Amino acid sequence: MNCVSATFWTSLIGALLILFLEKEDHDTIKRTAALAGFVCLLFSLTAYLGYDLRQGGMQFVLKRPWIPEFGIDFHVGVDGVSLPLVLLTGFIFFTAVLISWNVKDRPKEFFILFLTLVTGVFGVFVALDLFLLFVFYELAVLPMYLLIGVWGSTRKEYGAMKLTLYLLVGSALIFIGMLALYFESGLRTFDLLQLSQVHYSPTFQKIVFPLLFIGFGVLGGLWPLHTWSPVGHVAAPTSVSMLHAGVLMKLGAYGCFRVAICLLPQGAVFWLPWVAILATVNIVYGSMVAMVQRDFKFVIGYSSVSHMGFVLLGLASMNPIGVSGAVLQMFSHGIMTGLFFAIVGRMVYDRTHTRDLDELGGLSGPLPFANFCFIVGGFASMGLPGLSGFVAELQILIGTWRRYPLLAALTGIGIVVTAAYILRVMHKVFYGNLGEKLHPLEPITPLEKVAGVILVTNLILIGLFPSVMVNLIYTTVEPLVRGLFG
Amino acid sequence: MHFPILTLIHLFPLFGGLFFLLLPSEKKTLLRWSAFFVSLVPFFLSLFLLFHFNRSESSLQFVEKFYWIPTIGADYFLAVDGLNLTMVLLATFLIPLAILSSFSVEKDVKTYMFLFLLLETGTLGVFMAFNFFHFFLFWEVGLIPMFFLIKLWGSEDRDSAAFKFFVYTLFGSVAMLLAFQFMYLATKTFDFTELAALSRSGLLKADLVFLCRRLGLPFSPETVMAIGFFAVSIAFAIKVPIWPFHTWLPDAHTQAPTAGSMVLAGLLLKMGVYGFLRIALPLFPDTVRSFAPLLAMFALASILFGAFAAMAQTDLKRMIAYSSINHMGYCMLGIFAIAAKGTLEPKASALNGVLLQMFNHGISSAALFFMVGVLYERAHTRDLSKFGGIQKVMPVFAGLMGISTFSSLGLPGLNGFISEFLIFRGSFPLLTTFTLLATVGLLVTAVYLLTMIQKIFHGPLNEHHPAFPDMTTREIAVVVPLVILMFLVGIYPSPFLHVTNQAVLHFLEIFS
Repeated sequence: MNCVSATFWTSLIGALLILFLEKEDHDTIKRTAALAGFVCLLFSLTAYLGYDLRQGGMQFVLKRPWIPEFGIDFHVGVDGVSLPLVLLTGFIFFTAVLISWNVKDRPKEFFILFLTLVTGVFGVFVALDLFLLFVFYELAVLPMYLLIGVWGSTRKEYGAMKLTLYLLVGSALIFIGMLALYFESGLRTFDLLQLSQVHYSPTFQKIVFPLLFIGFGVLGGLWPLHTWSPVGHVAAPTSVSMLHAGVLMKLGAYGCFRVAICLLPQGAVFWLPWVAILATVNIVYGSMVAMVQRDFKFVIGYSSVSHMGFVLLGLASMNPIGVSGAVLQMFSHGIMTGLFFAIVGRMVYDRTHTRDLDELGGLSGPLPFANFCFIVGGFASMGLPGLSGFVAELQILIGTWRRYPLLAALTGIGIVVTAAYILRVMHKVFYGNLGEKLHPLEPITPLEKVAGVILVTNLILIGLFPSVMVNLIYTTVEPLVRGLFG
Repeated sequence: MHFPILTLIHLFPLFGGLFFLLLPSEKKTLLRWSAFFVSLVPFFLSLFLLFHFNRSESSLQFVEKFYWIPTIGADYFLAVDGLNLTMVLLATFLIPLAILSSFSVEKDVKTYMFLFLLLETGTLGVFMAFNFFHFFLFWEVGLIPMFFLIKLWGSEDRDSAAFKFFVYTLFGSVAMLLAFQFMYLATKTFDFTELAALSRSGLLKADLVFLCRRLGLPFSPETVMAIGFFAVSIAFAIKVPIWPFHTWLPDAHTQAPTAGSMVLAGLLLKMGVYGFLRIALPLFPDTVRSFAPLLAMFALASILFGAFAAMAQTDLKRMIAYSSINHMGYCMLGIFAIAAKGTLEPKASALNGVLLQMFNHGISSAALFFMVGVLYERAHTRDLSKFGGIQKVMPVFAGLMGISTFSSLGLPGLNGFISEFLIFRGSFPLLTTFTLLATVGLLVTAVYLLTMIQKIFHGPLNEHHPAFPDMTTREIAVVVPLVILMFLVGIYPSPFLHVTNQAVLHFLEIFS
């Protein structure tokens, strides 16, 4: 059994099972979703533990003809770039289900859509066929519209529509780029591994690279196309925000790397310096906008924009250490922001019914666990050593110094401002006087604690022993990036 | 593979602290005593270290080195030599006293004590680590507990003070981090000993210049080194703090709880001075030398402004805080003096003085901050004008406070005199003008400290405050070890200087 494809089959089967459950039987629905999440996590852990570091490259490969007329295969496998992201999806999926245990409004439809979304996400990360990847990509984007539009809050229709339109424009660009690759290669195949062997003409690469990179970059939160992201995060229900910021944005960055950069290296060499500048704007601008927000969730939304800037900057560095840092940052930020949205949406908002920073305050007393999680996540977000963000940003910046020294120095502003807004939010939400309106708050439930502990453990573990992840990433990224850029 | 004593000293407080978190939070007495005993273990281990330390050896001892993240050259690397052994002792000595002094804290004792233990691991990590990754991890680990100690247990304006403290320090850390990333790219190492060796052979400069060329940065070799030096040093300058980066310190001190101030002044400031000695000077000796007069000017500004600002304070704690800036200024003057042109002998004197001054200031400022805390717990004010005649009601307190004050102002026979004498004697031939001007600082210090003594202890008993109870046994137990050390070092400093001297001579080779 191929444990890599088992991940998305499991969530798909989970969705189908829920379809046949009683509408009113909330508990069984949630248990089924949680079970699916747990099994997915186990499968991704199996893949992680079973991956042979000495051998490297693509492993757990499974290839079956699907639509042979057009050269489309069912082709999956993972390497050191996609495996951390599969693992990330496993963690976020499982914890997000635990966090959404309090969904009371039509949980059946909610979890069906949610599991479909997860199926798409797993699929994108493991697909080695461009067409298959695109199908999964759309599968991941579309349920989002309904999840936000129906179960969301704060201007949910607007947020859902904005997000969907942006991402569909991105998809259109990807689709054009994909077809261009298909026809230009002349191989009549969508196989990513075969396409990566093709040498496209430099002009072709320069024209098609921006289509693909921007197409995926929209989902990755590339400035100035990021505006859908904070709005969407804020409107989305908690578990969807977790998945959205935690995993979906990585899908964009992953696509940028796997498709745009790996297939069109010369286009990348031409365009990536510009991307690096945009990414630096992401980092600095994102952190400054986060500083002035009044809504707790918007702060986290913009912090994601800022942190995704590091991912894009790492990818744009075009050297092994920077790209390896970018992949680690995807994992690290996914866990961190998943934790943040769990705190904001579930632990705080569902209890206080406000996200206004001026109304919140003093929550460290009634909700010490939420406070603890926010402290760990916040320090990870500032890039303090001992937590996962540090090692990722360290590698990214070393890589960036090698190519764009000025930009590397400028990111320092982003780091300091990040510290300032995290401390500001921490102060406003958890310290000071407990607002009178906020009494009484129900304590954190055991399920929330389990989810919080899983995510916090990841942040600390990767921070202190980054080798568990870095070795895996580096064995793949090193030869891959050297092959692309010499 | 020898017995990993440094790891044990370094990590015992952390693991002891994690174990400590399992104790029931309502048993406060149990929590206090167990925190105290946990912190005593590293102290006795470091005494063992002191007795087995080879004083005639200048190289690193008790080395423990393991791979951590091979991909980025990060190692777990601990060692001691004459430069940091005294700091390790100071840390393991002050933390138990700080914990003992906090037995009166009632709010969330468990977290409070845990933060101190975490702080101890952080500080010891900074003093003993020889790889940047390891060093930086604990540099920041030391920051977090202090932030929360100020934020959660501080006085009225604690929030802004904690914020200022954190963001200032982090700003410096980021500059240092960026500089080290660049150096790593050029040299492929984060190891302090390797970097220092590269610097001695001139390869560090060559590597950095080569990298700049390749990146198309149009800097001359001197500029590259100067940028490197200032980027690394800003983190230390903020921590020391050197004027004009000192503004976070008076706020942080005033708002911090008593034990927090003790550790902040006693240990955290030394991390900055130590950083100059361990990193900035060995890596960039030529830059320091060419900028020595300018840097000495900043040190002088710290000395003078620190002293005059202290004189103008009415808040006791703020006064001691400014006096810390002044005292750390002497350390910096000594450090920049050894970089100036001159012979070995005065330099050795100055550097030994600096190391001793770090230790001495750690002891005397901790004692002073504790005394102020004792007074504050009784009077609930730190306003100097609200006291008077306290000698009559608190004779023990008056005696101990008097000794600590005299130690701080450098009275012969007490520790402060020896170190300041060594620094002045060493700096005088090297940076004559600056040293002469710095003596004004000594004078002003004497004036405001004596005024303080007079205002608190003499005159009629202030009617606002009737009889305070004198110090309790526990409070005396905190101060007495400090006072004993003040006398010990003041009367017989040679054992101390024997520990540092070989390392000092070895260190000075970079400027010969």
